Amino acid sequence: MAGKTLYDKLWDAHLVKQRNDGSALLYIDRHILHEVTSPQAFEGLRLAGRKPWRVEANIATPDHNVPTTTVERQAGVAGIADPVSKIQVQTLDDNCDEFGIQEFKINDVRQGIVHVVGPETGACLPGMTIVCGDSHTATNGALGALAHGIGTSEVEHVLATQCLVTKKMKNMLVKVDGKLPVGVTPKDVVLAIIGKIGTAGGTGHAIEFAGEVFRDMSMEGRMTVCNMAIEAGARAGMVAVDEKTIEYVKGRTFAPTGELWDAAVTQWRELHSDSDAQFDTVVEMRGEDIQPQVSWGTSPEMVVPVNGSVPDPESESDPTRRESIKSALAYMDLKAGQAITDIPVDVVFIGSCTNSRIEDIREAAKVVKGRTRAESVKRAMVVPGSGAVKAQAEAEGLHKVFLDAGIEWREPGCSMCLAMNADKLEPGERCASTSNRNFEGRQGYGGRTHLVSPAMAAAAAVTGRFVDVRELV
Amino acid sequence: MKSFTKVTGIAAPMDRANVDTDLIIPKQFLKSIKRSGFGPNLFDGLRYLDEGQPDQDNSKRPLNPDFPLNSPRYQGAQILLARKNFGCGSSREHAPWALDDYGFRCVIAPSFADIFYNNCFKNGLLPVVLTEDQVDQLFREMYKAEGYQLTVDLEQQSVTTPGGDTFHFEVDDFRKHCLLQGLDDIGLTLQDANAIEGYEAQRRKSAPWLFV
Ligand code: SF4
Repeated sequence: MAGKTLYDKLWDAHLVKQRNDGSALLYIDRHILHEVTSPQAFEGLRLAGRKPWRVEANIATPDHNVPTTTVERQAGVAGIADPVSKIQVQTLDDNCDEFGIQEFKINDVRQGIVHVVGPETGACLPGMTIVCGDSHTATNGALGALAHGIGTSEVEHVLATQCLVTKKMKNMLVKVDGKLPVGVTPKDVVLAIIGKIGTAGGTGHAIEFAGEVFRDMSMEGRMTVCNMAIEAGARAGMVAVDEKTIEYVKGRTFAPTGELWDAAVTQWRELHSDSDAQFDTVVEMRGEDIQPQVSWGTSPEMVVPVNGSVPDPESESDPTRRESIKSALAYMDLKAGQAITDIPVDVVFIGSCTNSRIEDIREAAKVVKGRTRAESVKRAMVVPGSGAVKAQAEAEGLHKVFLDAGIEWREPGCSMCLAMNADKLEPGERCASTSNRNFEGRQGYGGRTHLVSPAMAAAAAVTGRFVDVRELV
Repeated sequence: MKSFTKVTGIAAPMDRANVDTDLIIPKQFLKSIKRSGFGPNLFDGLRYLDEGQPDQDNSKRPLNPDFPLNSPRYQGAQILLARKNFGCGSSREHAPWALDDYGFRCVIAPSFADIFYNNCFKNGLLPVVLTEDQVDQLFREMYKAEGYQLTVDLEQQSVTTPGGDTFHFEVDDFRKHCLLQGLDDIGLTLQDANAIEGYEAQRRKSAPWLFV
């Protein structure tokens, strides 16, 4: 019999019941809630007179709608200017209070973007099944966990039953061996992978990222990669547990201690694919081939190396693809053949669950240090992923580097990643963004998003256009 | 949940690949804490010429005359014809809620994003996967014939055209059963409460740190 993949192991350990129609009941260890996808689920529980099955398995924090300016944050929920956002954040508070769910409220230092808070607090651990009503939940897969996004009906279902009705996905291995060139970051790696396999390349699969590049990568880097599994079409992305994983988890608030820690670590060390495990799909790439990436279109697969140029729709033979390139170029106001380094940017956003951890902030600060925001750049902001990241960055003096350069330093939240709060692009504005989606209007109606790494975004902030960050460091 | 057995209705086009959930229902409408009322903002960015806001009177907004759903011939449509990877992007269930609230009962496409596909079944909306060629044929026939109607039969797992072509589609048994009956997932799962408790008891022993 062939060995098991990491995903097989996680699945088997959580299987409550296999139904004979192919669906299964999968036990959920950790459920994370935020304000946008939970109100209707709580309402459903109330209407049916149900209670959470295991209330301690849930934690919550508001992130999508919270304002990120210090002024607007001071008065907490009451101070949120947008009345609709205020109701949503207040509703999360009320629901958590009513059902007894632990919540990191708006000005709690542990508040932040769900996918940053989970690993950072140790609420998410290796070997867990983790779900959240948000597609970037796969971030937690970096811990060697099975983590993915669910819809609101499923949020209600998990609250009420601690289980998910689901079907086993296929196994996909993305193997990147070799060494990354200097200046190439985890974000570039995942963008290059999406560029290669496409936004539907992983549909129906759980992706395991393996190979030397991921072994060499920091835990936060692995989170950046797993975070964008969904942009490659896969609900879940994961990396095997190694010593880095265990080091990372050790000592975190909700991590086990003493004997429990030792017992946990023994089990966690088994969380890797067996050497003879079979994958349904295998993709291989070489680290040396990956360059800093910049997306040019309105889908994350529309990405090229920074030294490349905008593609020509006429050289695309598939008519559907040709049309989508054409409409992307029209929306993005770019010309076929234009060099990426000739594209000027108006706005720079460093943040989001993809790139708002301390290492991301350090990377960006390293590029900005001793430089100032280019005059042509109208706005640039750094939005830390959580209160803890913010505090750490400030302890290291990184916020000063940004402020001195004319770059804003904000309070934690999703912010301009999806522009549900006041942080948004004006129509036509072009943004170098460390977020994960460049869909039309994602960062504001008519706004144009280019996805890049924190270092590349910082380089754009100080030069006013896309440059190969390696020329600056 | 609303059940789905058989629907005969007008088909309307969403003729582009990779339609993401932001396009189906833009984020500003996600601030609602309700489950209904998203229909007027379905495809908001394409449907209107201005930027929509929640709690706005949509009847006063300028319509985009080039957007098919604004054309009289597609009024009352219940079936949406779409292209590949429909529903990609964010996991928001507001996307199927908006389609449902607008009046769609079924979306036909060559492929769907996983989470969206899953969310449809939880909301009485049937996502149907046909081959690329079959979808092409439906698009062609629909553009040619005003009032073009399709019949989607979940029991038979078939889509029938006015010309009498019948295409078979796959759907897994559990989802089919739930959708035909309009069954509530939670109630079904709770019938297995003993199995869940049994799993927990065993897991408390084998991985006690998960239960502190
Ligand atoms: S940062 Fe962006 S992608 Fe991440 S959870 Fe928030 S809105 Fe979603």
